[in-house]
Amino acid sequence: MSADHDHDHDHDHAHLSEMEVRVRALQSLLVKRGYVDEGAVDELVTLYENEVGPQNGAKVVARAWTDPAYAKRLEENATAAIAELGFTGRQGEHMVAVFNTPSVHNMVVCTLCSCYPWPVLGLPPTWYKSPPYRAKAVADPRGVLTDFGVSLADDMNITVWDSTAEIRYLVVPLRPEGTAGWSEEDLAAIVTRDAMIGVGLPSPS
Amino acid sequence: MKGPADVGGAEGFGPVVPDPDQDPFHAEWEKTAFGLTIAMGATGLWSLDRSRFMRESLPHTTYYGSSYFEIWLRALERLVAEAQVGSDGEVPPKRVLKQENVRAAMAAGGPTEREDTAPPRFAVGDSVRVKPMRPKGHTRAPAYLHGRVGRVAMVHGTHVFPDTSAHRKGEAPTPLYNIAFDAAELWGKDTTVSQVRADLFEPYLDPA
Repeated sequence: MSADHDHDHDHDHAHLSEMEVRVRALQSLLVKRGYVDEGAVDELVTLYENEVGPQNGAKVVARAWTDPAYAKRLEENATAAIAELGFTGRQGEHMVAVFNTPSVHNMVVCTLCSCYPWPVLGLPPTWYKSPPYRAKAVADPRGVLTDFGVSLADDMNITVWDSTAEIRYLVVPLRPEGTAGWSEEDLAAIVTRDAMIGVGLPSPS
Repeated sequence: MKGPADVGGAEGFGPVVPDPDQDPFHAEWEKTAFGLTIAMGATGLWSLDRSRFMRESLPHTTYYGSSYFEIWLRALERLVAEAQVGSDGEVPPKRVLKQENVRAAMAAGGPTEREDTAPPRFAVGDSVRVKPMRPKGHTRAPAYLHGRVGRVAMVHGTHVFPDTSAHRKGEAPTPLYNIAFDAAELWGKDTTVSQVRADLFEPYLDPA
């Protein structure tokens, strides 16, 4: 989990094979005893590795940027507004959208585990699940932003949302200047995963 | 419990290191560990809250020395052992997630909101204090908020109570609130946050 751990390659290789052995032993037991359909495991991986990801959330944000009535619905009932675009389900059953403003920047964390809005962002990146981010975000979000190479104006207020129950939060960043007249599709292409967590900003370049 | 998972505000973990890529998995075994965890969650033998408790109650040295999917795998091994899978006393699955049902099941998810059982005790704007506490079991009140005063910002309705659900004591549907804490209340001057918002269940809160 520490940088040393990650970069100790000899240790890593031994470790990976140990984990590989443990996973296979468990899988074999669960399949043999009739608890797990092996095809379902493959299907879950395919779904969350290749299909459910931040491109979904980017469509939500781009729609909110271009359609004020949609933005209002997103603000009032995010679960329903996101479902309009076809994104529903596990780890996004109860959604709230938090809108950045010229004076408030939002950042989302789960200090206790790894709660994250899967239907709109996919599975979380490693850093989101790891203690450095989970420890730091609620106390020093500017320090977190520095780790990501992002700086905000000194007078920007930062609100940090700790996902401590089953409500999942999606940050709607401000639409950047220089994007007037852009199509929804072109706008979606600049909405990054990090911007929708609140550790990045969309940029038109 | 205040276990190794409860790290909000802690020092000493170093900087955040962004991932070099967008892939959620970085080894084949991680994919299998993920798929098995979700598939076994679908058997109905334990709640998501129990899974979280099994992760956060790993020893500190194990938790901090493990990658996140290792933590998931170790917890899954404990859950499977608890269900005595492979022994004479094994608990049979209530359901088995089939490949053809994966997409529908994931798109449906598992909502935790329930019918109100009683009117919520607090309303938006009320001042509340998170109770001092040191529970032995699972809780979703992070330690950095214990004893702190905030105000009710949202009323989220009535949801499954993780503190009972994690210990096979039922869903005990309970009002859930979003509470706003000013930075100074949490950290004094030593912070760059303006406000922290957390979702807290009614039994965690006293009027303030």
